[in-house]
Amino acid sequence: MHNKTIAEISSDLAAGKYTSVEITEYLLDRIEQLDSTYNSFITVTRDEALAQAKAADEARAAGNAGPWTGVPIAHKDVFCTNGVLTTCGSKMLSNFVAPYDSTVAANFKAAGAVSLGKLNMDEFAMGSSNEKSFYGPVKNPWSQDRVPGGSSGGSAAAVAARLVPGATGTDTGGSIRQPASFCGVTGIKPTYGRVSRWGMIAYASSLDQGGPIAKTAEDAAMMLNVMASFDAKDSTCVDHEIPDYTATLNNSVEGLTIGLPKEYFRDDLSAEMKDQIRAAVAEYEKMGATVKEISLPNTHLAIPSYYVIAPAECSANLSRMDGVRFGYRCEDPEDVADLFKRSRGEGFGEEVKRRIMVGAYTLSAGFYDAYYKQAQQVRRLVKNDFVEAFKEVDVIMGPTAPTPAFKAGEKTDDPVAMYLEDIFTIALNLAGLPGMSIPCGQIDGLPVGLQIIGNYFDEARLLNLGHKFQQVTDWHQQTPADLA
Amino acid sequence: MEWEVVIGLEIHAQLATKSKIFSGASTQYGADANTQACAVDLGLPGVLPVFNEEALRMAVKFGLAIDAEIGKRSVFDRKNYFYPDSPKGYQTTQLHYPTVGMGHIDIELDNGETKRINVTRAHLEEDAGKSVHEGFDGMSGIDLNRAGTPLVEIVSEPELRTAKEAAAYFKKMHSIVTYLGICDGDLSQGSMRCDCNVSLRPKGQQEFGTRTEIKNVNSFRNVERAIESEIERQMDILEDGGKITQETRLYDADKNETRSMRSKEVENDYRYFPCPDLLPVIIDDDYIEAVRQTLPELPDAKRARFVADHGLSAVDAGVLSADRALADYFETAAKLAGDYKLAANWVQGDVSATLNRLEISIAELPVTAEQLGRLLTLIKDSTLNNGGAKEVFNALVEGKGDGTVECVDALVDSMGLKQVSDTGAIEAIVADVLANNPKLVEGYLATPVEKRGKAMGPFIGLTRKAAAGVNPQVVMEVLKKKLEELG
Amino acid sequence: MALDQDQVRNIAELCRLQIDETQIADYQKNLSSILDLVDQLSAADTDGVEPMAHPLDAVQRLRADVVTEENQREHFQQIAPATDRGHYLVPRVVE
Repeated sequence: MHNKTIAEISSDLAAGKYTSVEITEYLLDRIEQLDSTYNSFITVTRDEALAQAKAADEARAAGNAGPWTGVPIAHKDVFCTNGVLTTCGSKMLSNFVAPYDSTVAANFKAAGAVSLGKLNMDEFAMGSSNEKSFYGPVKNPWSQDRVPGGSSGGSAAAVAARLVPGATGTDTGGSIRQPASFCGVTGIKPTYGRVSRWGMIAYASSLDQGGPIAKTAEDAAMMLNVMASFDAKDSTCVDHEIPDYTATLNNSVEGLTIGLPKEYFRDDLSAEMKDQIRAAVAEYEKMGATVKEISLPNTHLAIPSYYVIAPAECSANLSRMDGVRFGYRCEDPEDVADLFKRSRGEGFGEEVKRRIMVGAYTLSAGFYDAYYKQAQQVRRLVKNDFVEAFKEVDVIMGPTAPTPAFKAGEKTDDPVAMYLEDIFTIALNLAGLPGMSIPCGQIDGLPVGLQIIGNYFDEARLLNLGHKFQQVTDWHQQTPADLA
Repeated sequence: MEWEVVIGLEIHAQLATKSKIFSGASTQYGADANTQACAVDLGLPGVLPVFNEEALRMAVKFGLAIDAEIGKRSVFDRKNYFYPDSPKGYQTTQLHYPTVGMGHIDIELDNGETKRINVTRAHLEEDAGKSVHEGFDGMSGIDLNRAGTPLVEIVSEPELRTAKEAAAYFKKMHSIVTYLGICDGDLSQGSMRCDCNVSLRPKGQQEFGTRTEIKNVNSFRNVERAIESEIERQMDILEDGGKITQETRLYDADKNETRSMRSKEVENDYRYFPCPDLLPVIIDDDYIEAVRQTLPELPDAKRARFVADHGLSAVDAGVLSADRALADYFETAAKLAGDYKLAANWVQGDVSATLNRLEISIAELPVTAEQLGRLLTLIKDSTLNNGGAKEVFNALVEGKGDGTVECVDALVDSMGLKQVSDTGAIEAIVADVLANNPKLVEGYLATPVEKRGKAMGPFIGLTRKAAAGVNPQVVMEVLKKKLEELG
Repeated sequence: MALDQDQVRNIAELCRLQIDETQIADYQKNLSSILDLVDQLSAADTDGVEPMAHPLDAVQRLRADVVTEENQREHFQQIAPATDRGHYLVPRVVE
């Protein structure tokens, strides 16, 4: 039952094989049994989930069912859910019962989906290992001494552990794709502006983008059909035609040109990783695609640019966490300055404080041009690399992350080493391009992901390519031995 | 040493939009605390701003009114600072690309000359909330109803040289924004607030002295007084060989002095950067031209027209054009009566006196412009004399009318004020007056002919006393004739 | 770019972050190494490159000037740390 995909559950519910209440209860029980090991959920909303499931079954009985009616999912705890604790993985919001719904949560509700709860994440989405949550680290279901990736580590781990068939995530520098790669699941970061950011607690506003994590590309397509919407409440949300992402899943790959950036296959990338990625690309060649080497010459500047822009934006975005209107407030503040400093000092974890401070420093008087402006100029160079590349190729492929999941604690003392994990994912956020990670092999029993990068608003093609790959391979069906 | 005063003003004008600059919450003044603060205004996690088109239109309108460059691409920035009434920990404003660029206005000086004051820029931004310090048991209460109200901050060049000029500039800006209808101009509610930057330098010196900023002055009179007291304070320090500390000060109107603001002591590093939740605002020439079409006649143009077309003095025209509501009232009455000068006298006389006495605005005056126009018409056609008209006016002020124009005529009748212009009737009254005052007549006849005009005064007074409502014009003619007959 | 400890304290103050004195050295080390990483930017030739604030170079949409929000004070203040008669309470603000 827990191995069923969203597409299967959807059709099973339609066929009356089981009810939404039945599968919801089944998964809730499974979470209760297993998640103490993985720690992928922060909040499980059993009562609300069962009420939603019951309502979905009633809607179905009344003849008002759509493809999502009664299908269970869970949300990364960055999405505000009305009346439900929304922590962003932080002590700062450990008492924040969101008073409104994010557009993403509202879209799923409107579609009839059932939310099982809220998923663990790196605090305020800052991290690549999910070791930075106030609610404790998330374990990788493939190897419990390894990290699940981050920041959407709870989402990827929950899907990998078959606790939920699909989960929402967000991606600011790789936070959907890298955990998807580490956990052997499928995740897509859409084009910036495709999914509304309303109610998605901001880390870095010009980089953040919501997207799905699921077992298959087909499921991700179904989820994106719900998540993508034009939302007038988000000034950066784009009013661009939204296709049915499931309609083109089986399109032919014949004639496709795949670009392989030489910067993604440098000497410091392991031979095993290169082999896995080349083997995956070869599958597409068998289907009639051709491969071309390309260059993205400013790749090495993406991380430095990101670590100016993201901290700068977050330093302002998190200023509202001041202990006045919501969230954590320190005990007995002496005066307003003390209220601010201790609430924030005690409420934020170290990595969050570091990024706030880096951001404030780079924006401070005298440094703006050297850091922020320069980073924004470099950002354009990074984007232009892709614009040039897409004149020659249809998609770009490479590894999602340089390695499979690393060991917990391995990089916690060295923030910079952690940042370099995002070398292949970060540039897309700077450019605003869509990217997907699909499981494409294993190294030492740990999954690795193929990253497929598309042109703006080309999500349908990415999902199509993911689906075609999953028709001829079974990496996406593999599960950790103890969960089989 | 002789000092030169350098003053620059930053005026915050709240834009009269219905909803806030970045949210759909109401901007109405006076609501219960935090009942008009929505999720966006509260800065809850996850909320996002969307820009109000009317705020943009109003800012562009202002820019056109002061002949400014209009920013075809304006960008919102975040100005970072922590304060309990600043819910996001930053204010959304425009640093490098304001909607309104360099413009100018003219102010009238006491000597009747005008002085051009350049306006550096006017940028759009959001207002903050309010802290209430009393009544919370040693705590402060935060009300965020005002948070997110759209503001234009109008920044002048440091070209003002006296406190009077500064007050005149503030008044002129008030006049312009209320003419445009983009701000209600209500100073008592904080709809317009003024920060005054003041410094002194030895006369002839090029570089500026150290300035202080007096925050949040909210009346014309206080702008003048606050600056004057600050000039004195600075001059005392400088004359004693001291140095001015660059700081923010508050004006205490009761003590008529400025004092240092403790909370702003730490020099802030605002860390401005473009707001990533908002995109550049782009407008084109068509947009700007469409807004230009909606510009009303502005105070300067109106004043010039009052002088050129209707023969008013520059001073009268200035007074009558400064406030749009007053100007509209005046012109409506003047047109109905067909006499701008008469209307000017009345509006600056009885109308203004009444407004001052009752401390009300022109909109609240019980006498409508149409009623005044009718009253003036009745003076013009000699139905009423000036005194009678005043009586009717006062009756209307006291609420005796019903708001209609017709009630003016009804009051004239019921109060028996219709002027006697019938020569026969007046001749009889004059004959009586002359017969009853033989000594005055003797005195008059003894007066040399060239001085007799003045000596006629007492007879006029007596005649009018004998019969209220006599037409003084006719009285004069009859008196002249009768007295001439006597000698 | 290496920061000294006073700089770290100043930045923390600017950000209103209480940081334990015992941790200042840690922050100093980590912030300095992050700044070293971003200093790689200075090598990039960006002459004449327009800074890019948003990935799509899109334009701001405008909202009609309509009041759409109703009073939700009770709802919003349920999650507030301290309120009194509709106001959010903070320690006395000194002006």
